[in-house]
Amino acid sequence: MLHYMTARELSERIRNREVSAEETVSSVLGRIEKLDKKIGSYITVTAERALEEARRADRRLKEGGSLPPLAGIPMALKDNMCTQDIPTTCASKMLENFVPPYSALVYEKLQRAGSVLVGKTNLDEFAMGSSTENSAFKKTCNPWDQGRVPGGSSGGSAAAVAAGMAAFALGSDTGGSIRQPAALCGVVGMKPTYGRVSRYGIVAFASSLDQAGPITRDVRDCAFVLNHICGYDRRDSTSADVDVPDFEAGLGKGIKGMRIGIPSEYFGEGIQPGVRDRVTEAIGVLEGLGAVCDEVSLPHTDYALSAYYIISSAEASSNLARYDGIRYGYRAEGCQDLDELYIKTRSEGFGEEVKRRIMLGTYALSSGYYDAYYKKAQKVRTLVKKDFERVFKNYDILVCPTTPAVAFRAGEKTGDPLQMYLFDVYTIPVNTAGLPALSIPCGFADNLPVGLQLIGKPFAEQTLLRAGYAYQGSTEFHKEHPQV
Amino acid sequence: MKYETVIGLEIHAELATDTKIFCGCTTAFGGEENTHCCPVCLGLPGTLPVLNRKVIEYAVKAGLSTNCEISGFSKLDRKNYFYPDLPKAYQISQYDQPVCKNGYLEIRGDFGSKRIGITRIHIEEDAGKLLHEAEDGSTLVDYNRGGVPLIEIVSEPDMRSAEEARLYAEKIKSILEYTGVSDCRMQEGSLRFDVNLSVRPEGSEKLGTRTEMKNLNSFRALVNAIENESRRQIGVLESGGLLLQETRKWDDVTGENTSLRSKEEAQDYRYFPEPDLVPVLLDEEYIEGIRRKLPELPEVRNERYIREWGLPEYDAGVITASLPLAVFFEECVKSYGGGPKTVSNWVMGELMRLLNEKGIEADQIPIPPGHLADLLKLVDGGTVSSSAAKKVFEEMFETGEQPEKLVERLGLSQISDEQALTDIIRKVMEENPQSVEDYRGGTTKAMGFLVGQTMRRTKGKANPALVNKILKQLLEQ
Repeated sequence: MLHYMTARELSERIRNREVSAEETVSSVLGRIEKLDKKIGSYITVTAERALEEARRADRRLKEGGSLPPLAGIPMALKDNMCTQDIPTTCASKMLENFVPPYSALVYEKLQRAGSVLVGKTNLDEFAMGSSTENSAFKKTCNPWDQGRVPGGSSGGSAAAVAAGMAAFALGSDTGGSIRQPAALCGVVGMKPTYGRVSRYGIVAFASSLDQAGPITRDVRDCAFVLNHICGYDRRDSTSADVDVPDFEAGLGKGIKGMRIGIPSEYFGEGIQPGVRDRVTEAIGVLEGLGAVCDEVSLPHTDYALSAYYIISSAEASSNLARYDGIRYGYRAEGCQDLDELYIKTRSEGFGEEVKRRIMLGTYALSSGYYDAYYKKAQKVRTLVKKDFERVFKNYDILVCPTTPAVAFRAGEKTGDPLQMYLFDVYTIPVNTAGLPALSIPCGFADNLPVGLQLIGKPFAEQTLLRAGYAYQGSTEFHKEHPQV
Repeated sequence: MKYETVIGLEIHAELATDTKIFCGCTTAFGGEENTHCCPVCLGLPGTLPVLNRKVIEYAVKAGLSTNCEISGFSKLDRKNYFYPDLPKAYQISQYDQPVCKNGYLEIRGDFGSKRIGITRIHIEEDAGKLLHEAEDGSTLVDYNRGGVPLIEIVSEPDMRSAEEARLYAEKIKSILEYTGVSDCRMQEGSLRFDVNLSVRPEGSEKLGTRTEMKNLNSFRALVNAIENESRRQIGVLESGGLLLQETRKWDDVTGENTSLRSKEEAQDYRYFPEPDLVPVLLDEEYIEGIRRKLPELPEVRNERYIREWGLPEYDAGVITASLPLAVFFEECVKSYGGGPKTVSNWVMGELMRLLNEKGIEADQIPIPPGHLADLLKLVDGGTVSSSAAKKVFEEMFETGEQPEKLVERLGLSQISDEQALTDIIRKVMEENPQSVEDYRGGTTKAMGFLVGQTMRRTKGKANPALVNKILKQLLEQ
């Protein structure tokens, strides 16, 4: 079963010539061909290109050349990451026909590492949403239960990895968009520290919060992929000029004596009992491995969600203003003047949720409201950050659920945006504080995957990976696959 | 009632960087439409701005040359509005924490000397340009200028007349030229003025309702706009009307002054900190490093011309106001070796007359300073008369030829050969014995007639001083 092997395993087998890159890529493309009509992970499949690249890798190996580490590994990219000469739609009618003349840095880096792009995955339009139901093109199903959502906004990426339609994928995470769908689809997802991964070429939703990261089958793969996407990029002024360690090194060191904080605010009202139980059991496993766990408090947690929606919407209202029908993308027909062109183009080109956020953000930035909303939200952001700084003086990582409940039914929350927003209540504070966090599968509730969230200090991804790796060393949940 | 006009200026100057403010595209003027662009300055999805270090350096230079405080911490902000020439639908600018603030300049005129306050200098990006020339009536956009770096220099409302505003604006221009911050090519729009103007009864402390006139791109337009708007506002008040806070448009060609939009129609720009860029942090060492490297400013050069070269204050003022003119002047003085005053007469007379007539900016003077110096040497050496030298200069301006060659080609050299002149004069004396007699008989004015005849015979090319000398010798033999 090539399609369910980890990227690490595939890499070794390809190198040892036990399997060719072409066979590997073909098996995943066959899987997409067979399953994606049901799952709906992909907006674009780049089959021919992928096969060509795989054959090239095989040829190189045959000629005695050396292969880069990810050679022949089939990957998927969320369709808000620019890929030169390949459509990049953001799941929006606005960019339906947009083909970027450049690539995101993460794609360039992964290409250099040899990875083969099999397709671009579905998302909530411009990454705004928690269920991938806001895509202008298709719905993505949760591979564990096709009547349920895969989470979002990187739902296509998470579902593709869960269903064996890519060895790994990249997602972007503004308020939980990697970790939340990873949790709901039973795979591993990491949002690195803000600044760890270049944002160049990733279509912006909220610039001060967006961060790309891997969605993988296990923690080892997460480290493996992370090794190839991190680092300072002079084209992104907010990328951090800090050393990038080898994330795979030291994975197996264990967690004896690691100090783990359990934030009580993340187990309060609204949590599904099955989720709480699985997370509590997981904490037990970590204690069994030698970690020291204590309850801690992050008192401003309740305010993070509101602050997040003001800041992210404010930035989005400005970031999405460029889609005006003048230079590229969708343009409304038959307009008499400039104002009409703007209004019709944007009314027709954007979906409901995107328009809702643009209005919310525009309002929050308007003169007379700026201080009460945007400025205040920034102050709250500082307080949330300080909460974390305080507990991180005494703890190495924090552990909590990734989501308050398992995957919900398709259509269940689409009529109630607030309920939808509340689903990200455990992931949002992490973005607000710019911290790294990892979501790993920790069992099932109602036969649906539950995610365990590990939150770390800035640039301490290694610590998170070590804890996650230790956990997966003594559990089997990450080896479970959905019956599709 | 007597009224006082209160004027504040916002001056936009394009910086003389090689590349744009947030990408590596060239800032060169012109070029085929949309060829000086890339995904970043076109604001394509996913692209990010990266601040050009030179822009900060130039802004700091401008600030230090105008007595500003330089901010150790400043940040960039987004100014949001929709317009087709603005690819991101926001302009990256600076809102509440500009690079420079609290500066001033002294201006001098008939009124004496006066200090004009400078509120702030901030950096921002320029927009593209709409072209309404398409045959089918549609509008096209050229983004070549989009992302070219600008500084905006905002003054306090300290000016009281068009004259003061002009002097202030000219001073800003010469400082920007001297420091190399901007080439200030007005005809290319690299220096543009916005005027904020109000009037109030003389003696009143309270400011009147102000209007704004945007994008004036010559000193003439600046002066005309101020005089016209000031008259208009006084007229409204005199007739018992109310002034509106509004943006107006001054058309310097037609002399029309019309309302563009009122305060109510003004846009809400929804400024907020640019999250794609980090704050600009400048330490003392950096700022002092720039201060040490500042070139001689116009005021210092002005002083030097007066003190060391003995130029009249007026000449020094005119020449130092423009850096290219001052550089031309100075190089000419050095290679000429004669008096600086002779050079300044030529620069302020013939050179500036021709520049004005032909509409050429001082940085485009078509002759090297050495050519003017050579011409002056020819005059001093008697090879060419000063009136003929003017003709040579004019021709030189057109063709760029060397003065000696021109003098020859145009046949303008003076006859300064004593033997040749003596022969001619002897002939003239032979043909006019009566005049020779008259002179020798004591009628000395007969000499004038003989000089005239000599000049006629030489078609004006005889060196007049030499003719006088030789004729006198011969007559008195």
